[in-house]
Amino acid sequence: MKGGRKKIGAALALIIVLSSFGYLVYGGIGENIVYFVTPGELLAKGNDAYDRPTRLGGQVVPGTMEWDADALDLRFTLQDEDGQIRVHSQKAPPAMFREGMGVIVEGKLTRTGVFESSSVMVKHSNEYRPPEDGHPKPEDMYKSLIRES
Amino acid sequence: MDTSYSDIAAVPQRPRWLLPFGIFATLFLIASQAAALLMSAPDRDMGHLQKILYVHVPSAWMSMIAPAIVFVASVLYLWKRQAKHDMVAAAAAQVGIVFIGLTLIQGSIWARPTWGIWWTWDPRLTTTAILFLIYAGYLALRAFAEDEDQRARWSAAVGIMGFLNVPIVYMSVRWWRTIHQVQSTPDTMDATYKLGLRLNAFAFLFILIFLIALRYYIARLERARTAVLEERTLAGDKIHV
Repeated sequence: MKGGRKKIGAALALIIVLSSFGYLVYGGIGENIVYFVTPGELLAKGNDAYDRPTRLGGQVVPGTMEWDADALDLRFTLQDEDGQIRVHSQKAPPAMFREGMGVIVEGKLTRTGVFESSSVMVKHSNEYRPPEDGHPKPEDMYKSLIRES
Repeated sequence: MDTSYSDIAAVPQRPRWLLPFGIFATLFLIASQAAALLMSAPDRDMGHLQKILYVHVPSAWMSMIAPAIVFVASVLYLWKRQAKHDMVAAAAAQVGIVFIGLTLIQGSIWARPTWGIWWTWDPRLTTTAILFLIYAGYLALRAFAEDEDQRARWSAAVGIMGFLNVPIVYMSVRWWRTIHQVQSTPDTMDATYKLGLRLNAFAFLFILIFLIALRYYIARLERARTAVLEERTLAGDKIHV
């Protein structure tokens, strides 16, 4: 029954379209969607803040980054206006990682107050500028990016 | 030309401008890419990775223009009920999904060295993936729907509804927290990058127009072929295809 099969196919296609659309309107992408919480928001949750899978986003406080390449041990502090959280990761920081930058980490806030992160993501700004004097040479950064991956 | 067609006048002629325009669009794209790659300085943060801008951003723009064409053609179809509008909508969706796919792939390649990940479910990336699914569903619907008029009506409905996602994709970086940065403006972009981006925006637009026009022409040929075959069947001829 070719006609029957085609009808089922059409119905399936319609279901795919409508369900993607429904998800969009009523599902995860509602007004409530929060891709990451800031340190201040997470700390304000009190007891609910701990031991839950969390995406935490903030600015890396300048001067707080400690990176031990041999032990693969990365520590830094994330902040927003309302708070600061110390982050620990056992992965190399992305090549674009700089102090003062926006960073998003995935992991859990532990009872010790340290956020144990399984992945560190760097948020790039919408600015595109050529290098000024004193910045690391882009060519060198490009090489290090290739080595990284 | 195959003179055995019973009605030669019904076979659509290729528009005269199509081939020259295609050659022009291709050469313009090559020249624009070369100019952008050679003229712009490396970015102070991401170095030469910045060059992905010249394909990712124009692709993303085309991923919004093509759905807009599907939308307008779908509205025109429901209003005037002429097959040509349905065919234009289909052509724009077929080409559009290629650009949406390219945008996702290029973005992923760019994300790995800059953000540190291939993919994450942030609102910009998620809504763009949904945009891809919508047009995949649109094309699947077209492939399966049996009756020509019914297919055109259903497709038009999906073509109109699906477009609602485009402003959501565009505004996602402003409405919600994302890892994806907000749109760059001429103020946030040094002069060294602007000309290259603008040239490639036009280059991609020309390619988009050429591909949609080409696909529309092929759709007309297919339609004419079907009409001839049906005519022959009615006339009781044996069909040799």
